Amino acid sequence: MNAPAYNFAYLDEQTKRMIRRAILKAIAIPGYQVPFASREMPMPYGWGTGGVQVTAAILGPQDVLKVIDQGSDDTTNAISIRKFFAKTAGVATTTSTDEATVIQTRHRIPETSLHENQVLVYQVPIPEPLRFLEPRETETRRMHALAEYGLMHVKLYEDIARFGHIATAYAYPVKVNARYVMDPSPTPKFDNPKMDNCPALQLFGAGREKRIYAIPPYTQVVSLDFEDHPFEPYRFNAPCALCAAENSYLDEIVTDDKGSRMFVCSDTDYCEGRQAAGHHGALSAAPYKDKAPETSNG
Amino acid sequence: MTTIAELPPGFVDKVLSAQSTFRSVMDAMARPGAVQRIVPMAGTSGPMMRGTAAIALTLFDHDTPLWLDARMSESSDVLKWLKFHTGAPVIQDSSIAAFALISDGGALPSLERFALGTNEYPDRSTTVIIQVDSLDAGRSFELRGPGIDGVATLHASIKPFDLFERLRFNETLFPRGIDVVLVADDAVVAIPRTTRVMSKGG
Repeated sequence: MNAPAYNFAYLDEQTKRMIRRAILKAIAIPGYQVPFASREMPMPYGWGTGGVQVTAAILGPQDVLKVIDQGSDDTTNAISIRKFFAKTAGVATTTSTDEATVIQTRHRIPETSLHENQVLVYQVPIPEPLRFLEPRETETRRMHALAEYGLMHVKLYEDIARFGHIATAYAYPVKVNARYVMDPSPTPKFDNPKMDNCPALQLFGAGREKRIYAIPPYTQVVSLDFEDHPFEPYRFNAPCALCAAENSYLDEIVTDDKGSRMFVCSDTDYCEGRQAAGHHGALSAAPYKDKAPETSNG
Repeated sequence: MTTIAELPPGFVDKVLSAQSTFRSVMDAMARPGAVQRIVPMAGTSGPMMRGTAAIALTLFDHDTPLWLDARMSESSDVLKWLKFHTGAPVIQDSSIAAFALISDGGALPSLERFALGTNEYPDRSTTVIIQVDSLDAGRSFELRGPGIDGVATLHASIKPFDLFERLRFNETLFPRGIDVVLVADDAVVAIPRTTRVMSKGG
Protein backbone atom coordinates (compact mmCIF):
# COMPACT_ATOMS: atom_id res chain seq x y z
CA MET A 1 0.00 0.00 0.00
CA ASN A 2 1.34 3.37 -1.01
CA ALA A 3 -1.59 5.29 0.40
CA PRO A 4 -0.42 7.99 2.80
CA ALA A 5 -1.11 7.22 6.44
CA TYR A 6 -2.42 10.71 7.18
CA ASN A 7 -4.46 13.38 5.52
CA PHE A 8 -2.46 16.45 4.49
CA ALA A 9 -1.40 18.22 7.72
CA TYR A 10 -2.75 15.33 9.84
CA LEU A 11 -6.28 16.62 10.58
CA ASP A 12 -9.28 15.30 8.66
CA GLU A 13 -11.16 17.74 6.43
CA GLN A 14 -14.26 18.03 8.61
CA THR A 15 -12.10 19.06 11.57
CA LYS A 16 -10.27 21.60 9.42
CA ARG A 17 -13.56 23.14 8.26
CA MET A 18 -14.69 23.48 11.87
CA ILE A 19 -11.40 25.11 12.91
CA ARG A 20 -11.40 27.35 9.83
CA ARG A 21 -14.89 28.63 10.64
CA ALA A 22 -13.74 29.36 14.20
CA ILE A 23 -10.69 31.24 12.89
CA LEU A 24 -12.85 33.45 10.65
CA LYS A 25 -15.11 34.40 13.57
CA ALA A 26 -12.06 34.96 15.78
CA ILE A 27 -10.66 37.43 13.24
CA ALA A 28 -14.03 39.18 12.94
CA ILE A 29 -14.25 39.65 16.73
CA PRO A 30 -10.69 40.61 17.77
CA GLY A 31 -9.72 39.25 21.19
CA TYR A 32 -12.90 37.19 21.70
CA GLN A 33 -12.31 33.52 22.50
CA VAL A 34 -14.22 31.33 20.04
CA PRO A 35 -15.05 27.86 21.41
CA PHE A 36 -14.02 25.04 19.08
CA ALA A 37 -14.18 21.25 19.15
CA SER A 38 -10.52 20.67 19.91
CA ARG A 39 -9.27 17.25 18.87
CA GLU A 40 -6.91 14.90 20.56
CA MET A 41 -3.53 15.31 18.93
CA PRO A 42 -0.60 12.90 18.88
CA MET A 43 1.15 14.90 21.59
CA PRO A 44 0.23 15.71 25.18
CA TYR A 45 -1.72 18.79 26.28
CA GLY A 46 0.74 21.52 27.11
CA TRP A 47 2.88 20.72 24.09
CA GLY A 48 1.01 23.02 21.79
CA THR A 49 -2.03 21.00 20.72
CA GLY A 50 -4.04 24.20 20.18
CA GLY A 51 -1.36 25.89 18.12
CA VAL A 52 -0.79 22.70 16.15
CA GLN A 53 -4.48 22.46 15.24
CA VAL A 54 -4.58 26.09 14.09
CA THR A 55 -1.39 25.61 12.08
CA ALA A 56 -2.77 22.39 10.53
CA ALA A 57 -5.94 24.21 9.47
CA ILE A 58 -4.15 27.08 7.70
CA LEU A 59 -1.01 25.38 6.37
CA GLY A 60 -0.60 24.80 2.62
CA PRO A 61 2.11 23.17 0.54
CA GLN A 62 3.54 26.56 -0.46
CA ASP A 63 4.05 27.64 3.16
CA VAL A 64 7.39 27.84 4.93
CA LEU A 65 7.03 26.92 8.59
CA LYS A 66 9.07 28.10 11.56
CA VAL A 67 8.45 26.83 15.08
CA ILE A 68 9.91 28.41 18.19
CA ASP A 69 9.72 27.52 21.85
CA GLN A 70 10.73 30.36 24.20
CA GLY A 71 12.38 32.00 21.19
CA SER A 72 14.48 28.98 20.34
CA ASP A 73 14.24 26.90 17.16
CA ASP A 74 16.26 24.12 18.73
CA THR A 75 14.28 22.87 21.73
CA THR A 76 12.47 19.53 21.84
CA ASN A 77 9.02 21.06 21.48
CA ALA A 78 9.96 23.22 18.50
CA ILE A 79 11.84 20.45 16.73
CA SER A 80 9.11 17.86 17.19
CA ILE A 81 6.35 20.17 15.92
CA ARG A 82 8.49 21.20 12.95
CA LYS A 83 9.13 17.54 12.14
CA PHE A 84 5.46 16.73 12.63
CA PHE A 85 4.46 19.12 9.85
CA ALA A 86 7.42 18.26 7.65
CA LYS A 87 6.20 14.68 7.82
CA THR A 88 2.42 15.10 7.63
CA ALA A 89 2.27 18.10 5.27
CA GLY A 90 5.63 17.96 3.54
CA VAL A 91 6.06 21.71 3.97
CA ALA A 92 9.39 23.48 3.87
CA THR A 93 10.68 24.47 7.28
CA THR A 94 13.07 27.21 8.28
CA THR A 95 14.58 28.81 11.35
CA SER A 96 14.69 32.23 9.69
CA THR A 97 11.98 34.61 10.86
CA ASP A 98 12.09 36.55 7.59
CA GLU A 99 11.63 33.53 5.34
CA ALA A 100 8.77 31.95 7.27
CA THR A 101 5.15 32.43 6.18
CA VAL A 102 3.69 30.63 9.20
CA ILE A 103 5.41 30.87 12.58
CA GLN A 104 4.13 28.76 15.45
CA THR A 105 5.35 30.03 18.78
CA ARG A 106 5.37 29.05 22.40
CA HIS A 107 5.85 31.99 24.77
CA ARG A 108 7.74 34.47 22.57
CA ILE A 109 7.31 36.86 19.68
CA PRO A 110 10.35 36.97 17.37
CA GLU A 111 12.63 40.02 17.69
CA THR A 112 12.72 40.54 13.93
CA SER A 113 9.72 42.61 12.85
CA LEU A 114 7.00 40.53 11.22
CA HIS A 115 5.59 41.43 7.81
CA GLU A 116 2.23 41.28 6.07
CA ASN A 117 2.64 37.87 4.47
CA GLN A 118 3.10 36.10 7.78
CA VAL A 119 0.81 34.43 10.28
CA LEU A 120 1.95 34.06 13.89
CA VAL A 121 0.29 31.12 15.67
CA TYR A 122 0.54 31.11 19.47
CA GLN A 123 0.28 28.04 21.67
CA VAL A 124 -1.93 29.00 24.60
CA PRO A 125 -2.25 27.07 27.87
CA ILE A 126 -4.95 29.16 29.60
CA PRO A 127 -6.79 31.52 27.23
CA GLU A 128 -9.02 33.16 29.84
CA PRO A 129 -7.25 36.19 31.37
CA LEU A 130 -9.82 36.31 34.18
CA ARG A 131 -9.61 32.62 35.08
CA PHE A 132 -7.43 33.00 38.18
CA LEU A 133 -9.66 35.80 39.40
CA GLU A 134 -12.98 34.05 38.67
CA PRO A 135 -12.94 30.29 38.17
CA ARG A 136 -16.51 29.99 36.79
CA GLU A 137 -16.72 30.03 33.00
CA THR A 138 -20.33 31.27 33.14
CA GLU A 139 -19.16 34.31 35.10
CA THR A 140 -16.07 35.16 33.03
CA ARG A 141 -18.18 34.85 29.89
CA ARG A 142 -20.65 37.36 31.28
CA MET A 143 -17.83 39.67 32.33
CA HIS A 144 -16.53 39.66 28.76
CA ALA A 145 -20.08 40.22 27.45
CA LEU A 146 -20.46 43.29 29.63
CA ALA A 147 -16.83 44.41 29.21
CA GLU A 148 -16.68 44.31 33.00
CA TYR A 149 -12.95 44.25 33.63
CA GLY A 150 -12.75 45.99 37.01
CA LEU A 151 -11.49 42.79 38.61
CA MET A 152 -8.41 42.79 36.40
CA HIS A 153 -7.59 46.36 37.39
CA VAL A 154 -8.02 45.42 41.04
CA LYS A 155 -5.52 42.61 40.54
CA LEU A 156 -2.99 44.98 38.98
CA TYR A 157 -3.68 47.51 41.74
CA GLU A 158 -3.04 44.88 44.41
CA ASP A 159 0.32 44.24 42.75
CA ILE A 160 1.15 47.93 43.22
CA ALA A 161 -0.12 47.97 46.81
CA ARG A 162 1.98 44.93 47.69
CA PHE A 163 5.14 45.39 45.65
CA GLY A 164 5.12 49.04 44.63
CA HIS A 165 4.86 48.16 40.95
CA ILE A 166 2.85 45.89 38.66
CA ALA A 167 4.61 42.58 39.30
CA THR A 168 3.00 40.65 36.46
CA ALA A 169 5.95 39.73 34.24
CA TYR A 170 4.38 37.40 31.68
CA ALA A 171 0.88 36.75 30.33
CA TYR A 172 0.37 40.45 30.95
CA PRO A 173 -3.25 41.29 30.06
CA VAL A 174 -3.96 43.42 27.00
CA LYS A 175 -7.06 45.12 25.63
CA VAL A 176 -7.67 44.42 21.96
CA ASN A 177 -9.33 47.02 19.74
CA ALA A 178 -10.57 48.84 22.86
CA ARG A 179 -13.00 46.04 23.73
CA TYR A 180 -11.85 42.59 24.83
CA VAL A 181 -9.29 41.95 27.53
CA MET A 182 -7.10 39.14 26.23
CA ASP A 183 -4.38 36.86 27.52
CA PRO A 184 -1.40 37.16 25.17
CA SER A 185 -0.33 33.64 26.26
CA PRO A 186 2.65 33.43 28.63
CA THR A 187 4.87 35.70 26.57
CA PRO A 188 7.08 38.03 28.62
CA LYS A 189 5.54 41.47 28.89
CA PHE A 190 8.62 42.65 26.97
CA ASP A 191 6.83 41.30 23.88
CA ASN A 192 3.48 43.04 24.45
CA PRO A 193 4.31 46.18 22.43
CA LYS A 194 5.05 43.99 19.39
CA MET A 195 1.41 42.86 19.26
CA ASP A 196 0.17 46.41 18.76
CA ASN A 197 -0.39 47.46 15.15
CA CYS A 198 1.48 44.35 13.95
CA PRO A 199 1.44 43.86 10.14
CA ALA A 200 1.08 40.06 10.55
CA LEU A 201 -2.08 38.19 11.48
CA GLN A 202 -1.89 36.71 15.00
CA LEU A 203 -3.85 33.55 15.82
CA PHE A 204 -4.08 31.88 19.23
CA GLY A 205 -4.96 28.23 19.84
CA ALA A 206 -5.69 26.63 23.21
CA GLY A 207 -6.15 22.87 22.75
CA ARG A 208 -7.05 21.71 26.23
CA GLU A 209 -9.30 24.72 26.88
CA LYS A 210 -10.79 24.50 23.38
CA ARG A 211 -10.55 28.16 22.41
CA ILE A 212 -9.30 30.05 19.35
CA TYR A 213 -8.82 33.80 19.26
CA ALA A 214 -7.11 36.30 17.02
CA ILE A 215 -5.68 39.75 16.53
CA PRO A 216 -6.09 40.99 12.95
CA PRO A 217 -3.18 42.92 11.42
CA TYR A 218 -2.90 46.63 12.29
CA THR A 219 -5.08 46.31 15.36
CA GLN A 220 -4.68 48.33 18.52
CA VAL A 221 -3.39 46.22 21.41
CA VAL A 222 -2.92 48.08 24.70
CA SER A 223 -1.33 46.64 27.83
CA LEU A 224 -3.51 47.42 30.85
CA ASP A 225 -1.99 49.93 33.25
CA PHE A 226 -2.67 53.03 35.34
CA GLU A 227 -1.88 56.67 34.56
CA ASP A 228 0.52 56.86 37.52
CA HIS A 229 1.89 53.35 36.93
CA PRO A 230 2.28 53.11 33.16
CA PHE A 231 3.07 49.81 31.49
CA GLU A 232 6.79 49.17 31.23
CA PRO A 233 8.35 46.25 29.35
CA TYR A 234 10.95 44.49 31.46
CA ARG A 235 14.40 43.44 30.30
CA PHE A 236 17.57 42.38 32.13
CA ASN A 237 19.95 45.35 32.12
CA ALA A 238 22.74 43.69 30.14
CA PRO A 239 23.83 43.16 26.57
CA CYS A 240 23.57 39.68 25.07
CA ALA A 241 26.78 37.80 25.94
CA LEU A 242 26.95 36.30 22.47
CA CYS A 243 25.80 39.04 20.08
CA ALA A 244 25.93 42.17 22.26
CA ALA A 245 22.32 43.09 21.43
CA GLU A 246 21.02 45.80 23.74
CA ASN A 247 17.37 45.60 22.76
CA SER A 248 16.47 41.89 22.69
CA TYR A 249 14.77 39.79 25.34
CA LEU A 250 17.38 37.87 27.35
CA ASP A 251 17.50 34.46 28.98
CA GLU A 252 19.53 34.12 32.16
CA ILE A 253 21.79 31.08 32.00
CA VAL A 254 23.55 29.78 35.11
CA THR A 255 27.05 28.70 34.10
CA ASP A 256 28.49 27.13 37.29
CA ASP A 257 27.63 26.45 40.94
CA LYS A 258 29.34 29.63 42.17
CA GLY A 259 26.70 32.06 41.05
CA SER A 260 28.13 32.87 37.64
CA ARG A 261 25.61 33.51 34.93
CA MET A 262 25.33 34.87 31.45
CA PHE A 263 22.57 36.63 29.57
CA VAL A 264 21.85 35.61 26.00
CA CYS A 265 19.13 36.42 23.49
CA SER A 266 16.12 34.17 23.89
CA ASP A 267 15.50 34.47 20.13
CA THR A 268 18.17 32.16 18.70
CA ASP A 269 17.57 33.13 15.06
CA TYR A 270 17.98 36.82 15.88
CA CYS A 271 21.14 36.14 17.92
CA GLU A 272 22.73 33.95 15.24
CA GLY A 273 21.86 36.49 12.58
CA ARG A 274 23.61 39.24 14.54
CA GLN A 275 26.67 37.08 15.17
CA ALA A 276 26.87 36.21 11.49
CA ALA A 277 26.71 39.93 10.75
CA GLY A 278 29.81 40.46 12.91
CA HIS A 279 28.35 41.45 16.28
CA HIS A 280 30.13 39.73 19.15
CA GLY A 281 29.37 39.80 22.83
CA ALA A 282 31.71 39.45 25.80
CA LEU A 283 31.45 35.67 25.98
CA SER A 284 31.27 34.93 22.28
CA ALA A 285 33.61 31.99 21.67
CA ALA A 286 32.62 31.48 18.09
CA PRO A 287 35.73 31.25 15.88
CA TYR A 288 34.36 33.61 13.30
CA LYS A 289 36.94 34.54 10.70
CA ASP A 290 35.96 38.17 10.90
CA LYS A 291 36.64 38.33 14.63
CA ALA A 292 39.43 40.78 15.36
CA PRO A 293 42.65 38.88 16.30
CA GLU A 294 43.57 41.16 19.23
CA THR A 295 40.57 39.96 21.19
CA SER A 296 41.97 36.42 21.36
CA ASN A 297 44.39 35.32 24.06
CA GLY A 298 47.12 34.18 21.66
CA MET B 1 -34.02 15.25 -14.39
CA THR B 2 -30.45 15.79 -13.27
CA THR B 3 -28.74 12.72 -12.04
CA ILE B 4 -25.70 12.78 -9.78
CA ALA B 5 -23.47 12.07 -12.74
CA GLU B 6 -24.63 15.25 -14.42
CA LEU B 7 -23.94 17.49 -11.41
CA PRO B 8 -21.15 20.01 -11.86
CA PRO B 9 -18.08 18.69 -10.04
CA GLY B 10 -16.59 19.80 -6.74
CA PHE B 11 -12.88 20.49 -6.28
CA VAL B 12 -10.47 18.33 -8.26
CA ASP B 13 -8.21 18.14 -5.19
CA LYS B 14 -10.50 18.47 -2.19
CA VAL B 15 -7.80 18.94 0.40
CA LEU B 16 -5.43 21.44 -1.18
CA SER B 17 -8.16 23.39 -2.98
CA ALA B 18 -10.04 23.89 0.28
CA GLN B 19 -6.82 25.02 1.96
CA SER B 20 -6.03 27.53 -0.77
CA THR B 21 -9.59 28.87 -0.79
CA PHE B 22 -9.61 29.17 2.98
CA ARG B 23 -6.38 31.17 2.96
CA SER B 24 -7.93 33.61 0.47
CA VAL B 25 -11.01 33.99 2.67
CA MET B 26 -8.89 34.25 5.84
CA ASP B 27 -6.72 36.93 4.25
CA ALA B 28 -9.86 38.74 3.10
CA MET B 29 -11.28 38.64 6.64
CA ALA B 30 -7.96 39.73 8.16
CA ARG B 31 -7.50 42.59 5.67
CA PRO B 32 -10.95 44.06 5.00
CA GLY B 33 -11.26 45.78 1.64
CA ALA B 34 -8.28 43.98 0.10
CA VAL B 35 -9.39 41.95 -2.91
CA GLN B 36 -8.28 38.32 -2.68
CA ARG B 37 -8.46 35.86 -5.54
CA ILE B 38 -9.80 32.34 -5.23
CA VAL B 39 -7.63 30.15 -7.43
CA PRO B 40 -9.03 26.60 -7.29
CA MET B 41 -12.21 26.26 -9.24
CA ALA B 42 -15.15 23.94 -8.97
CA GLY B 43 -18.18 23.47 -11.15
CA THR B 44 -21.01 25.88 -10.54
CA SER B 45 -24.67 25.63 -11.11
CA GLY B 46 -27.50 28.08 -11.55
CA PRO B 47 -26.88 31.56 -10.17
CA MET B 48 -23.90 30.48 -8.08
CA MET B 49 -20.59 32.16 -8.93
CA ARG B 50 -17.41 30.09 -8.98
CA GLY B 51 -15.96 31.95 -5.98
CA THR B 52 -19.11 31.21 -4.00
CA ALA B 53 -18.95 27.56 -5.00
CA ALA B 54 -15.34 27.31 -3.80
CA ILE B 55 -16.22 28.96 -0.48
CA ALA B 56 -19.18 26.60 -0.06
CA LEU B 57 -16.98 23.54 -0.61
CA THR B 58 -14.42 24.95 1.84
CA LEU B 59 -16.61 25.99 4.76
CA PHE B 60 -20.02 24.29 4.56
CA ASP B 61 -20.90 20.88 5.99
CA HIS B 62 -23.58 19.16 8.04
CA ASP B 63 -22.78 21.45 10.98
CA THR B 64 -23.65 24.67 9.13
CA PRO B 65 -27.33 25.50 8.64
CA LEU B 66 -27.59 27.39 5.38
CA TRP B 67 -30.07 30.04 4.31
CA LEU B 68 -30.55 30.77 0.60
CA ASP B 69 -32.20 33.80 -0.95
CA ALA B 70 -35.12 33.29 -3.28
CA ARG B 71 -33.11 33.16 -6.48
CA MET B 72 -30.76 30.54 -5.04
CA SER B 73 -33.42 28.40 -3.42
CA GLU B 74 -35.55 28.44 -6.58
CA SER B 75 -32.75 26.77 -8.49
CA SER B 76 -32.99 23.03 -8.01
CA ASP B 77 -29.50 22.73 -9.53
CA VAL B 78 -28.07 24.82 -6.69
CA LEU B 79 -29.95 22.83 -4.07
CA LYS B 80 -28.80 19.49 -5.48
CA TRP B 81 -25.24 20.68 -5.88
CA LEU B 82 -25.06 21.98 -2.31
CA LYS B 83 -26.69 18.89 -0.90
CA PHE B 84 -24.41 16.49 -2.74
CA HIS B 85 -21.12 18.32 -2.27
CA THR B 86 -21.49 19.90 1.18
CA GLY B 87 -24.36 18.17 2.97
CA ALA B 88 -25.28 21.47 4.61
CA PRO B 89 -28.93 21.59 5.72
CA VAL B 90 -30.85 24.33 3.89
CA ILE B 91 -33.19 26.03 6.34
CA GLN B 92 -36.05 28.51 6.07
CA ASP B 93 -35.37 30.32 9.36
CA SER B 94 -32.58 32.80 8.63
CA SER B 95 -32.13 33.61 12.33
CA ILE B 96 -30.33 30.33 13.01
CA ALA B 97 -28.24 30.18 9.85
CA ALA B 98 -24.46 29.84 10.03
CA PHE B 99 -24.16 31.07 6.46
CA ALA B 100 -26.48 32.86 4.08
CA LEU B 101 -26.01 32.87 0.32
CA ILE B 102 -27.34 35.94 -1.48
CA SER B 103 -27.30 35.99 -5.26
CA ASP B 104 -29.75 38.86 -5.66
CA GLY B 105 -28.45 41.62 -3.40
CA GLY B 106 -31.37 43.85 -4.33
CA ALA B 107 -33.63 41.48 -2.41
CA LEU B 108 -31.38 41.20 0.64
CA PRO B 109 -33.69 40.87 3.64
CA SER B 110 -33.31 43.04 6.70
CA LEU B 111 -30.02 42.11 8.35
CA GLU B 112 -31.73 41.81 11.74
CA ARG B 113 -33.34 38.64 10.43
CA PHE B 114 -30.02 36.81 10.48
CA ALA B 115 -28.31 35.44 13.58
CA LEU B 116 -26.48 38.29 15.30
CA GLY B 117 -24.95 36.17 18.04
CA THR B 118 -25.35 36.95 21.72
CA ASN B 119 -23.19 39.13 23.92
CA GLU B 120 -21.89 35.93 25.55
CA TYR B 121 -21.40 34.11 22.23
CA PRO B 122 -21.04 36.74 19.51
CA ASP B 123 -19.48 34.10 17.23
CA ARG B 124 -22.87 32.41 16.82
CA SER B 125 -23.81 34.78 14.03
CA THR B 126 -24.57 34.42 10.35
CA THR B 127 -21.81 34.99 7.83
CA VAL B 128 -23.61 36.56 4.88
CA ILE B 129 -22.08 35.79 1.50
CA ILE B 130 -23.30 38.26 -1.12
CA GLN B 131 -22.62 37.93 -4.83
CA VAL B 132 -21.96 41.33 -6.37
CA ASP B 133 -21.28 42.68 -9.86
CA SER B 134 -17.71 43.85 -9.41
CA LEU B 135 -15.02 44.28 -6.78
CA ASP B 136 -12.65 46.09 -9.12
CA ALA B 137 -14.73 48.91 -10.51
CA GLY B 138 -17.63 51.03 -9.38
CA ARG B 139 -18.22 53.41 -6.51
CA SER B 140 -15.35 53.97 -4.12
CA PHE B 141 -15.53 53.32 -0.45
CA GLU B 142 -13.17 54.12 2.39
CA LEU B 143 -12.70 51.41 4.98
CA ARG B 144 -11.29 51.74 8.47
CA GLY B 145 -10.88 49.30 11.33
CA PRO B 146 -8.85 46.32 12.53
CA GLY B 147 -6.88 44.70 9.71
CA ILE B 148 -6.49 47.99 7.86
CA ASP B 149 -3.35 50.12 8.00
CA GLY B 150 -5.04 53.50 8.19
CA VAL B 151 -7.52 53.61 5.33
CA ALA B 152 -8.29 51.05 2.63
CA THR B 153 -10.07 51.94 -0.57
CA LEU B 154 -12.49 49.58 -2.22
CA HIS B 155 -13.97 50.04 -5.69
CA ALA B 156 -17.08 47.98 -5.98
CA SER B 157 -20.35 47.70 -7.76
CA ILE B 158 -22.69 46.35 -5.12
CA LYS B 159 -26.33 45.66 -4.55
CA PRO B 160 -28.06 46.60 -2.36
CA PHE B 161 -26.70 50.13 -2.86
CA ASP B 162 -27.19 50.89 0.81
CA LEU B 163 -25.45 47.74 2.05
CA PHE B 164 -22.77 49.62 3.98
CA GLU B 165 -25.30 52.01 5.50
CA ARG B 166 -27.27 48.98 6.68
CA LEU B 167 -24.11 47.38 8.06
CA ARG B 168 -23.56 50.40 10.25
CA PHE B 169 -25.75 48.74 12.86
CA ASN B 170 -22.68 46.59 13.61
CA GLU B 171 -21.20 49.63 15.34
CA THR B 172 -23.76 49.70 18.13
CA LEU B 173 -24.31 45.95 18.21
CA PHE B 174 -20.66 45.03 18.77
CA PRO B 175 -19.55 42.43 19.81
CA ARG B 176 -22.70 41.05 18.16
CA GLY B 177 -23.02 41.63 14.46
CA ILE B 178 -23.00 40.42 10.90
CA ASP B 179 -19.88 39.54 8.95
CA VAL B 180 -20.18 39.92 5.20
CA VAL B 181 -18.21 38.24 2.43
CA LEU B 182 -18.57 39.82 -1.01
CA VAL B 183 -17.93 37.63 -4.03
CA ALA B 184 -17.59 38.69 -7.67
CA ASP B 185 -16.61 35.76 -9.85
CA ASP B 186 -13.22 34.69 -8.39
CA ALA B 187 -12.68 37.87 -6.34
CA VAL B 188 -13.53 38.02 -2.65
CA VAL B 189 -13.64 40.88 -0.14
CA ALA B 190 -14.69 40.53 3.47
CA ILE B 191 -16.35 43.18 5.61
CA PRO B 192 -16.19 41.89 9.20
CA ARG B 193 -18.35 43.55 11.84
CA THR B 194 -15.45 45.75 12.99
CA THR B 195 -15.03 47.53 9.65
CA ARG B 196 -16.41 51.05 9.19
CA VAL B 197 -17.22 51.92 5.60
CA MET B 198 -17.69 55.42 4.22
CA SER B 199 -18.91 56.09 0.71
CA LYS B 200 -16.55 58.37 -1.20
CA GLY B 201 -19.03 58.89 -4.01
CA GLY B 202 -17.83 58.84 -7.61
